[in-house]
Amino acid sequence: MEDKYRNEFGGFAEKPKVPKKFYDLKYILLGLAIFFGLVISPILPNLGKIVAAPSPKLDTPAILKLAEKERQCVMPTPYMRANHMQLLIDWREAAVRNGNREFINPEGKKFTVSLSNTCMECHSNKTQFCDQCHNFVAVTPNCWGCHLDKEQKVAQGGAK
Amino acid sequence: MGMDRRDFIKLAGLSTLLGLGGNSALELLRPGQVAAALEAKPEALTAKRWAMVVDMRQLDEQTAQKCTAACRQVHNVPDFGNPIDPAMKISDADKVRWEIKWIWTAPYDNAFPGDEQEYMDEKVKDLKFLLLCNHCDNPPCVRVCPTKATFRREDGIVMMDMHRCIGCRFCMAACPFSARSFNWKDPRPYIKKEFPDYPTREIGVVEKCTFCNERLANGLMPACVVASQGALAFGDLRDPKSKVRELLDSNFTIRRKPFLGTNPQVYYIV
Repeated sequence: MEDKYRNEFGGFAEKPKVPKKFYDLKYILLGLAIFFGLVISPILPNLGKIVAAPSPKLDTPAILKLAEKERQCVMPTPYMRANHMQLLIDWREAAVRNGNREFINPEGKKFTVSLSNTCMECHSNKTQFCDQCHNFVAVTPNCWGCHLDKEQKVAQGGAK
Repeated sequence: MGMDRRDFIKLAGLSTLLGLGGNSALELLRPGQVAAALEAKPEALTAKRWAMVVDMRQLDEQTAQKCTAACRQVHNVPDFGNPIDPAMKISDADKVRWEIKWIWTAPYDNAFPGDEQEYMDEKVKDLKFLLLCNHCDNPPCVRVCPTKATFRREDGIVMMDMHRCIGCRFCMAACPFSARSFNWKDPRPYIKKEFPDYPTREIGVVEKCTFCNERLANGLMPACVVASQGALAFGDLRDPKSKVRELLDSNFTIRRKPFLGTNPQVYYIV
């Protein structure tokens, strides 16, 4: 009975003989291999490479000049690390759209709202500070298309 | 746990009070732990309606040059005729095409079209009028901007937010004073001496005079007004004792194309 099955007319018919064979296995495997090769190709060049963790440098002249106790950004470091982008957007909105150019932090310290004049005054080492993490996580903020980073000036000053 | 109605109302009232006043109560307990604030600087110059009066009786061509040069310098306005790298020189036609204008000069006929007289004072006809964004009360550029990159501030300044500009140039088509310029090219190679405290612009945004809002915020008068040695007056139109009102009340002034209804706020004493 197992070799027979009921056809559409109600009668029994022989099961068609289909050879148990995987057709074109070679080509399928080859195609799959090429497909997976393409999929993982972007990962291959970096496989096994150890990328150094970013280490933003804080040893600019402006920061070193400050006393150890005063070496404090506009907000606490953990906050800045996590939220500097949001803070900068808030500063931008405040300065450009509302004309509010003074930032008062929770300790009551006052800062001018300005990327080039406040942030980059201390962090005058863009390649050693900003770019370290930004390159590591492959983000390209477009601040520097317009805002001047003041790095060159400082580099020249340091060489004197 | 059983609870009668009276106790329930007491508890609900107390928790509502705590919920409403909880944050301030916490701040009272820990003074100094307030949130960060963004405010205007105390030294900032403020007004109800900023306006400018250009006294053409005092403004000779040299002073006008000084004003434009001062503006160019503090706003990093590129000079396409003067690249840093001589290899980047461009043709005279492109110099005109790509020119970035914040404050510039033009003769009477070009400054006040529609007001030309067949016979008029030769001196006035040949005067080089100092032109800039008129910071209109009814700015057509603001109305057409699809991203609100240009907007009118409460104090009348028509501002540019370069971060939002998508370079569609609707505002340039709308402005009847040609006060807006588009960055067809990256301006940085054409800025000989960068002013570090002000950003440059990028390729693909529109820029114009902003009445030096960044200087006003720091308590300084606009750069052109400082450089003009008294030929330009800048002040609050709503303040009857201000310099601009004094000049407007005692002199006959003209404005550029007032018949268009944009209500320009730069006045000229001829």
